[in-house]
Amino acid sequence: MSVAVAGMGHAKADGPLKLAVPRGALLGETLDALDAIGIDTSEVRGESRSLIFETEGLTLVTMRPSDVPTYVEAGAADVGITGKDVLLEQSDRVVYELLDLGFGRCRMVLAGRKGDESLGESQRRLGMMRIATKYPRTAERHFEATGRQVEVIEVKGSIELAPLIGLADGIVDLVATGRTLEENDLEVREEIVECTARFVANRVAHKLRAAEVDELTAKLREAMAR
Amino acid sequence: MIHPIPPGTRDVLPDEMRELRRLHLAMIEVFESRGYGEVSTPAIEYDEVLARGDGRTAASAYRFFDERGDLLALRSDMTVPIARLVASRYADAEPPLRLCYLANAFRAVRPQRGQMREFAQAGVELIGAPAPDGTAEVVEVLEATLDAASLKRAVIGLGDADLYRQLLAEFGIEGEARDSLLARLAAHDLVGLEVELSELDGVSDEQVATCMALSQLRGGKEVLEEARSLGGAAVERATARIGETFEALEARGVAERVQIDLGLLRDLGYYSGAILEVYDPALGHVLGGGGRYDELLRRFGVDLPAAGFALYLERVHVAQMEEEPRGGEGL
Repeated sequence: MSVAVAGMGHAKADGPLKLAVPRGALLGETLDALDAIGIDTSEVRGESRSLIFETEGLTLVTMRPSDVPTYVEAGAADVGITGKDVLLEQSDRVVYELLDLGFGRCRMVLAGRKGDESLGESQRRLGMMRIATKYPRTAERHFEATGRQVEVIEVKGSIELAPLIGLADGIVDLVATGRTLEENDLEVREEIVECTARFVANRVAHKLRAAEVDELTAKLREAMAR
Repeated sequence: MIHPIPPGTRDVLPDEMRELRRLHLAMIEVFESRGYGEVSTPAIEYDEVLARGDGRTAASAYRFFDERGDLLALRSDMTVPIARLVASRYADAEPPLRLCYLANAFRAVRPQRGQMREFAQAGVELIGAPAPDGTAEVVEVLEATLDAASLKRAVIGLGDADLYRQLLAEFGIEGEARDSLLARLAAHDLVGLEVELSELDGVSDEQVATCMALSQLRGGKEVLEEARSLGGAAVERATARIGETFEALEARGVAERVQIDLGLLRDLGYYSGAILEVYDPALGHVLGGGGRYDELLRRFGVDLPAAGFALYLERVHVAQMEEEPRGGEGL
């Protein structure tokens, strides 16, 4: 089965629901959740380089977590699983957020170098902090909501580097265990929001395939409550 | 040499234009055959006139001064300009008035996602015909239009614009808290909705459960019963309104493609009572929508109930192309 992504994104209403599955940190627990509701995920767990897996009842489409809202909004995938951090950063994507799956728990935080006052110093003397992040919109919203002016610097790779060599005064990043921060001599200064994995749906699929979407939502809800 | 055009706008070349024109003509023919006369209004209007319609949500994104210093705006839909037209040109006409249009409108969106800053809408306005029969007529025209576009599988969602406003009032939720919850409902952020509702003082678990359950109720006539079992005056009134509309649709024999949807909430501020949304399985985006706006004409000085719908012409065209391999006849 092909997944059309050209142009506006064309959902095919036939066949099983297409579920966008996030690769990366959320993959393991996503597959566990699918196992718990009786979906056979052994092929996805295997060595295959395929991106699309047919299972009984669901077509699993694997992709980067940050692509999930794109595919689901366009209807190329009917439903999907991704982190709240991704949804917050892409809050202008129209997807229905149906369920908090509870796993993949981590915190979006503002962090700075241990014992370093440059965050406060810059704020006081320059009126502005420089913040490096992969989440520029989430960071901007947070500082705007708390009445501070910042210069947000978007970087793609290891954020921890930025304050260490003076690109920024601090970072806004996602923290699970805090080990990476610790190893780089950084510490959490503010907690912005807690993020978990969410189950989302395309707006049209939610209406036209209501029974299937509701059933899947109910099964996931039940499995997560166990 | 390449000369750029603004993002979210585009040129249409002959192959596509021919197909769009055929689609346009097929739609206008449906409208005209049902007594809806086509009108055209200026793309630019006085900002203060458009803002009368809905200053908060439908306000134009594109405003500018003309050479005399007057503030002008590009229209963001056709419903408000037609309300203005009816008040100015047909104030003494015997209702109901039936008008239709195919026109470009302008909105600030993040382009390149099936959302354009300039887009064509085809639609009708039925002015002076109250619910439920006026609504039913509009739905009947909408179905005929979808048929004319060969979208046999398209579905029309039918909801109620006042349900949640009244439900939250019943729960004693007002002001900012209410607006925030309504925004979550419109975006269908059910996780955020549940958290936010639960955190409010004086809202019981039962009330949270009622609101969550309502937002998920969609399907045939049976969902009205399910909704009623949740109780409350707001639910009772909304289900009664939807029920009446649905019966009027049944009487016209056009209820089959209508899905009752208590979770429906459109983000334009002028709707009251019935609201509509149009979906086709071939497309991940909404094809169009509409509903009743019984208060809108009053803002222009004419107290008439009204209803209508608008379809995004380009999206209908895409859906039509997608449906073709399934044996849709095309045009």
